[in-house]
This record gives sequence, structure tokens and C-alpha cells, in this order.
Amino acid sequence: MNPQKRYSNFNATMAIAKASFRSITRSPSAVVFSLAFPLIFIVVFANIGGSGVSVDVAVAKNCDTTSQVYSALKKNPLVHFITNKTTAEMATSLSRGDIAAIIDIQKNNTQPLYTINVQYSNASAQKGGVFKSELTNLYFRINSSANNGPPTVAEVHSTTIKGREYKYIDFLLPGMLGFSLLSSGVFGTAFVFLSLRLTLVIKRFFATPVKKYSIVLGEALARLVFSLLGAVFIILVGHYWFGFTLIHGVVTVLNMLVLASIGLIIFMGFGFVISGIAKNESSVPPISNIITMPQFLLSGTFFSVTAFPVWLQTISKILPLTYLNDAMREVAFEGAGLGDVTHQLLILGAWFIGIYAVAVKTFKWE
Amino acid sequence: MADKPIITVKNLVKNYGDFAAVKGISFEVYEGEIFGLLGPNGAGKTTTLEVIETLRDKTSGEITVDGFDIETGADSIKQIIGVQLQAAGYYPNLNLSELINLFCGLYGINKTPLEMLEKVALTDKAKAKYKDLSGGQKQRFSIATTLINNPRIIFLDEPTTGLDPQARRNLWDLIREIRDAGTTVVITTHYMDEAEELCDRVAFVDGGHIIGIDTPNNFIDKLVEGGFERKKQVKLANLEDVFINMTGKEWREG
Repeated sequence: MNPQKRYSNFNATMAIAKASFRSITRSPSAVVFSLAFPLIFIVVFANIGGSGVSVDVAVAKNCDTTSQVYSALKKNPLVHFITNKTTAEMATSLSRGDIAAIIDIQKNNTQPLYTINVQYSNASAQKGGVFKSELTNLYFRINSSANNGPPTVAEVHSTTIKGREYKYIDFLLPGMLGFSLLSSGVFGTAFVFLSLRLTLVIKRFFATPVKKYSIVLGEALARLVFSLLGAVFIILVGHYWFGFTLIHGVVTVLNMLVLASIGLIIFMGFGFVISGIAKNESSVPPISNIITMPQFLLSGTFFSVTAFPVWLQTISKILPLTYLNDAMREVAFEGAGLGDVTHQLLILGAWFIGIYAVAVKTFKWE
Repeated sequence: MADKPIITVKNLVKNYGDFAAVKGISFEVYEGEIFGLLGPNGAGKTTTLEVIETLRDKTSGEITVDGFDIETGADSIKQIIGVQLQAAGYYPNLNLSELINLFCGLYGINKTPLEMLEKVALTDKAKAKYKDLSGGQKQRFSIATTLINNPRIIFLDEPTTGLDPQARRNLWDLIREIRDAGTTVVITTHYMDEAEELCDRVAFVDGGHIIGIDTPNNFIDKLVEGGFERKKQVKLANLEDVFINMTGKEWREG
């Protein structure tokens, strides 16, 4: 009963944030998209991801690719040669266990005709073992087929480097976080603002002393808190049940949460734009899918972007989720700080400016 | 009731593009009265209300609400008015208590949900969702949200549309109580029996113009003086009286 009390925009913002947070936690679609789907994907893919159908082997730069050893291995359906990596990239991939081995075949002028140098990594011991036995089979076959001539066509030198295993979960989980943030940011924001507008909730708010920025800020805050709680939950489940690597423990988690916040804010920008251009609630899903599906498929959520043909990769290299996923993986597995992923952050920053410039133009209050 | 104007509207014009919704209307609402804006759909009632409520910009004209000009004092006006919109929804997935708390935050007022729900006899629905209320309950809840900031004036846009006779009567009682507690009420309606029963003064709006302002009684007396007679002999009761008599006056939930 004291009208002289100063009106607090902060309290109004918090009242909206609290209401919105409650509403989100009670909305089945928010919980399903932010938590259930990512976790289901993790459970499903983490369990089938390990069954190696083929073994990735990098081919060293000056490897003799004309030899019969090379062509025989190339014909082997179990062996998948990778030739487009630089020497440095090969070394990193090997140490992470992304590839099982690096092969270098050299032609000799004397006997034996070929020397095969193979580098394995204990980060991918299992697949390395598969390749080793394939190689041994081949070695005996080639040498015995030439039993009339010189006794050995080829000899094998193998070494094993030390590495930290880069498990599929280390790849998958950051992608799932990205998916969770993308769907919550785009779908959630678009639906909420559209329905608040259509049901005149926002209009009724405008009949109170509340400021416009309080409405946007309150909603954003609620979604941010909900998504970060979801992210922490996914990270913890991944870490304790699936062995997700957190190099610096809590610090890594905090860095990931900062990245998650940046990602969510950008994705919410898409949501604001959609809520502005959608005429009614049934037009939200198609428009949202146009934005989320390409990123879901092309931004390295399930498979590495490098698995795509080059023309597809150029599309991947435009999408914001690609850079969020990239930065997340650097931080989580390599132990990078936020200062080490400035390239990714810069591109995300450009997306932020771009999408909010569009959002300011298209957003409708009523 | 002294005739002290609390709302003054002078030559209000509102155009939507080429369409003129309100074509220069003027009227005053006196402090402490129930003022009715009557007229057919599309007459400009809602537009007029929304301009006074500071929800829409006017094209031209002058409006003051409790001494504040709507152009310069919109924030002050919002503090002292309560607004019920026609067909407005509420924040999804929240129960009535949580909605009241939300509005308390929006107005910057400390009140308990029960205190507000008590005023509209909805304490037993404190944990219910808005969408699960009956039509009458929804309107009473809407009115509760307009009272949170102890407004000087409340605006009710067609609050009884779609309600059954019992719920309508119940809402009239509530609106009278609010008026008796000192709040000015501005109401729109299509029902003339309601306006006759409830309003202290009414203005007829048609085609964006005001075509008459007076008390319901004066309007009727003038018409009768002019020699008007109903075609059918007026009986001492009508069918609604029969309905209320047969089904009982008490208001049913759901």
C-alpha cells in the first residue's frame, strides 16, 4: 500500500524470469529437447560407436603409393586410407586415436624391395591391433607368393606412440550439448514469444509499468539457467557413466558453460527472428527446422565435418554450431582455455551481431 | 457522487492506415462511477479503451487520466490503472498463485496471492491453472489481476461476454463492490440489460463517434417522453427472471 516506493525494473525482470523458468520446467517439449534427446543420443551412439567397421590409417606424405603393398591394402575393405592430412594433423590424430596408424611405404633399391614403417598409438590400441594383423596377413601372402625369387619382398618396422584415447563420447557429447542449446534456443524462444504475443500476454504486460527489456531479459535469463542446468547434467552423466574426458575438471566444465551461454544467446537470436516472421504456432516448426536441421547434420554433431566432401565442408564452415562444437571439443578434450579458441569465438561474435541485427528488425511485440 | 472528472477525452482520433476507427470523440469519466461504453462490434470501443490505457498511440486529440497526460505521463498512468483485455490469456503453465506473484513483480507491489484471490472468491483455486477455470472464474481472476496495484481506475473490456446468467450476476456484484470501495470502473458491453443494471452513466459509440452520453434512466425516460412504446406489453418479469428463479441465484463453479 505504498505507491511512493520506487519501481524496480530489476524486480520486474526477476519476476518474469521466475515465472518463465517455472513454465519451461513444466513444458514437456523443453525437457524432451534439452535433456531427453541428447541423453538418448549419447546412450545409443556411445554404445554403437565403438564397433569399428573399418580402420582409419593415415598415409605418410612421401609414402610410395605405387607399390603392390599399397594397392593390396587399399583393396582391403577393413582398411580406410586417409591421404588429405598434413604431417602435423596426422600426428595429432594418431595421439588421440582418431586414426589407428600412420603407414609409410618406402621402395628400396636392394632387398627387401619395400620397407613398411608403421606408427601405432596406444590411444587406439584395439583398431591398431586389427590393422597390425591385416598387415601381417598381407606380409606373409606377398612374401610367400614370391617364393621363387628373393625371400622377402617387404619388411615391417612398427613403433607405438603414447597418446590419450579420444573416445567417441569425447566427440559426441559436445555435439549433443550443441544440439540441446540449438533446439532450446531456437524452438523454445520462437514458441514462447510467439504464443505470448498471440495470447496477448505481452499486451497485458504492457499495461503494467514493466519495461520491454525486462520482458526479453527475464525470458532469456530463465532459458539460460534452464539450459545451463541441463548442460551440467549432460556433462555429469557423460563424465561418470561414459568416461567423457574433462581435462581440467571443474575449470573445464566452467569454460564449457561459458561457451554454452554464448551459443544459447546466438541461437535465441534465431528464435526471436522466427517468432517475428511466423504468422501462427503451426508455422514455427517448419521455419525452425530450416534453421536447425542443416546445423544438426552439418556442424559435426554426430560425425566429424572432415568426413564430408569438400563442397559440403564449405557449408559447414559457415554455420555457427560448427564453431561452438569445435570450441567445446577443444576446451573439453585438449584442455584449451577460452583464450585458445578466439578464432571460434570471433566467428560466433560475427553471428551474434548479424542475427541480432535481423532480430531487431523482424521482432514483433504485438 | 461528485462529478469530478478522472478521465477526460477530447477529440480523440485513431486511424489504422486508411481506416478511421475513432473519428473525434470526447467524453469525461467521473471519479467513483461505473462508466459504460456501449455500441456494436467495430464501433471503436476497444480502440478507445486501449488508447486511454496507453497501449496504443492516438492519431490526435487530448487525453488526461487522473491528471496525467497520456503522452507525457504514460508510466505514471500505468501505475494507477488496472486493465482487463478482451480475450487475453495468461502466462502458460503457471497456477493462479504464481500468476498473481508474477503480476506483483510486474507492478512492484508486495501482496500475497491469497489476499488477491480472496477478493474474487477464488482461494480454493489457488493451485489451479487459468485454462482449467470456468468462464466466470476466468473473468474474476482477470479482475483480480487488475486490482493488484490498488488502481484508481480499472478498465474491463466485455467482461461478461459468454457467461451464463448466474455468473454474470455474480460478476456485477463484484464490479459494484469494487466501485463501492472507491475505484472508478470503465466497462464495455454489448448487453443493454447489463448496462442498465450496472452503469451509473453510459456513452453510446457508433461508427467511431459518440452519439449520446447520459445515465441509463435519463436515456430511457427521454425515449418514452418522445412517445416510444414497446410493441409487446411489458410484463413485470422477463425470461431471464424466470431462468434465475428456476435455477437459483447462487453461482455454480465450472
